[in-house]
Amino acid sequence: MTIPDIVPNPLRRYLRPGSLPHFFCSGCGAAQVLNFFLQAADELGLDFDKLVAIGGVGCAARIPVYLHAEALHGIHGRTLPWATGIKLHNPELTVVIFAGDGDAAAIGGNHLIQAARRNLDVTMIVVNNLNFAMTGGQVAPTTFPDLVTSTTPYGNRERAFDLCQLAVAAGATFVARCSTHRPRVTIHTLKKAIQHRGFALVEVICQCPTYFGRRAIGSDDPAQGIRWIAEHSVSLYRAGELAEEELADKFILGTFVEKEAPVFEGSSVYPGGEG
Amino acid sequence: MPQVPNRRVLTGTHFMLGNHAVVEGALAAGCDFFAGYPITPANEISEHMARRLPEVGGKFLQGEDELCSIFAVTGAALAGARAMTATASAGYNYMQEGLEYAIAAEIPCVIVDVQRCRGENFATQADVMQMRWGPSGDHEMIVLAPSSVQELFDTTIRAFNLAEKYRMPVIVMSETTIALMRERLVIPRPEEIEIVHRAKPSVPPEEFLPFQAGPDGVPPLPAFGEGYRVLYSLNPHDERGSIHWDPDVFEAMYRRITHKITTHYDDIVRTESFYLDDARIGVVAYGSECRSALEAVELARAKGIRAGMLKLATVWPVPEREIASLARQCATILAVEMNLGKYAREIERVACGTCQVVRVTKNRGVIHTPGEILEAIEAHA
Ligand SMILES: Cc1ncc(C[n+]2csc(CCOP(=O)(O)OP(=O)(O)O)c2C)c(N)n1
Repeated sequence: MTIPDIVPNPLRRYLRPGSLPHFFCSGCGAAQVLNFFLQAADELGLDFDKLVAIGGVGCAARIPVYLHAEALHGIHGRTLPWATGIKLHNPELTVVIFAGDGDAAAIGGNHLIQAARRNLDVTMIVVNNLNFAMTGGQVAPTTFPDLVTSTTPYGNRERAFDLCQLAVAAGATFVARCSTHRPRVTIHTLKKAIQHRGFALVEVICQCPTYFGRRAIGSDDPAQGIRWIAEHSVSLYRAGELAEEELADKFILGTFVEKEAPVFEGSSVYPGGEG
Repeated sequence: MPQVPNRRVLTGTHFMLGNHAVVEGALAAGCDFFAGYPITPANEISEHMARRLPEVGGKFLQGEDELCSIFAVTGAALAGARAMTATASAGYNYMQEGLEYAIAAEIPCVIVDVQRCRGENFATQADVMQMRWGPSGDHEMIVLAPSSVQELFDTTIRAFNLAEKYRMPVIVMSETTIALMRERLVIPRPEEIEIVHRAKPSVPPEEFLPFQAGPDGVPPLPAFGEGYRVLYSLNPHDERGSIHWDPDVFEAMYRRITHKITTHYDDIVRTESFYLDDARIGVVAYGSECRSALEAVELARAKGIRAGMLKLATVWPVPEREIASLARQCATILAVEMNLGKYAREIERVACGTCQVVRVTKNRGVIHTPGEILEAIEAHA
């Protein structure tokens, strides 16, 4: 019997040479998002020479470090201002942001509102693991009430942000929520978001076995984390049938908005062509 | 063929507001991206940019705050822009995070800080230390101090050139006094204006090491989209840009980004001497204080006092050589500034006891009068 050659993962060619091993915990949802993005990029035939991948700081924010694209990383919450400058100066570039929920909803919250309002032509992927993972599992603006985290030892006393509703209200032209328990839908949605002209926000609900899993749901088993997400998910179509109390701890999955609108070209544009 | 007027460089003689001169200097220097958030007394920079920049094909952004402005500027700069922002003290506080990143990732950009006094249009130089030490981390800083409307124009051009040459943020330290003053401004012809461009990679992407520097310590900088696929991070990065939490990587990174400035002292540091040849008492001043100080020195000379002035056009890095030589020559140095005595510490450090250093300080929203400085000169003559 001959042992077959090990076929390297074909998506590996999109990874930055020398960047492996990655730093994600085993079973991390952010690592799955990296995988989903690569599949979406591969299926779209995305030109990585023209791709700028931006991360802030955090576990999710690390994703761009592994992509063999132009990449910016290392400041918490300022991904969208970076993207605004890049996109205004060179609209030909494809800009994709990978943000944690802390990055997007806490420190960078105002930037998110303003970028959505302006319809900045970028794709923002929010890896929502319901806590601040990088810093040790603290409560986030997205954590459901009553859950235990490292800074809510007696249960969370705050309400959770619905980032998708926030983006819709602020004027985003593509808004969707997906999750790691449904990879194919997520990949498909990412493809649509990347192709969308205008501000596209995709929130991906992710398991965090190490912190959120252990503390909030009592298991550091990634499969258990994914199961928990599945149990707390409801499709946009079925959500209408549920009462408000029933939706309080549910992720509504689906595409909330997909529409066309003029994209941002700067706050002051000369009406008469170049002078 | 009719002559198409050059909208970028408004060659000629003008009577112009200081803040507008900054804009015209930036445009003459090739600025094609500006982001700013409204704040007095820097508003005329944004407002004039909003009109002028789109006219010449540049992009203007009014950010949602100063963090947005500085990060949009650094993003645009990596995409290839000659980018600038302008703010005033309170807004400059917010920009420290962006400055730290621009220093670490070596991103050329220009920041104009029109210093203001406790929230309004009053004159001060109280932020001179913040300009040097504001951002966290080990670094050098280039801070230029103009003292007139003409110098605001010239200095802004110089700031762009230094930023591009050394791949780092360069600060134009403006003040309410000159920013809101109207004066004569002469704008030269475009071909008379020196423009320095950032060095670009000379090798194909496969061979390119984005943080490997030549002898000048400054690595070439490709723009996003040119195929080089560079990773920029605040984290310790090696020559390839790969993140390594390795003491040697930390050390090499910090040493190079400081050495690239300290080893180019002659190119960066500029001072001007007035009546110093035979001076026994030396006035050291920067920014708008030079105006009063020079008049005071001339009044002192008329009274037979051998006074002179050293004007610091570059405040950071400290013109140590010039200050040290003044300290050897004079019995007394008067450190004149519009704050309670900040830069005086640098002068004392450099003088190191070779002469007496007297602090001539004032921080009450108004510039020193020549008479006040003259009094100090006479008291120590
Ligand atoms: C200005 C600033 N404040 C705080 C931090 C510390 N910090 C690092 S990551 C992070 C949040 C991580 O949470 P999230 O954005 O949800 O990403 P995750 O790690 O969960 O993927 C924080 C607060 C920082 N790096 N910079």
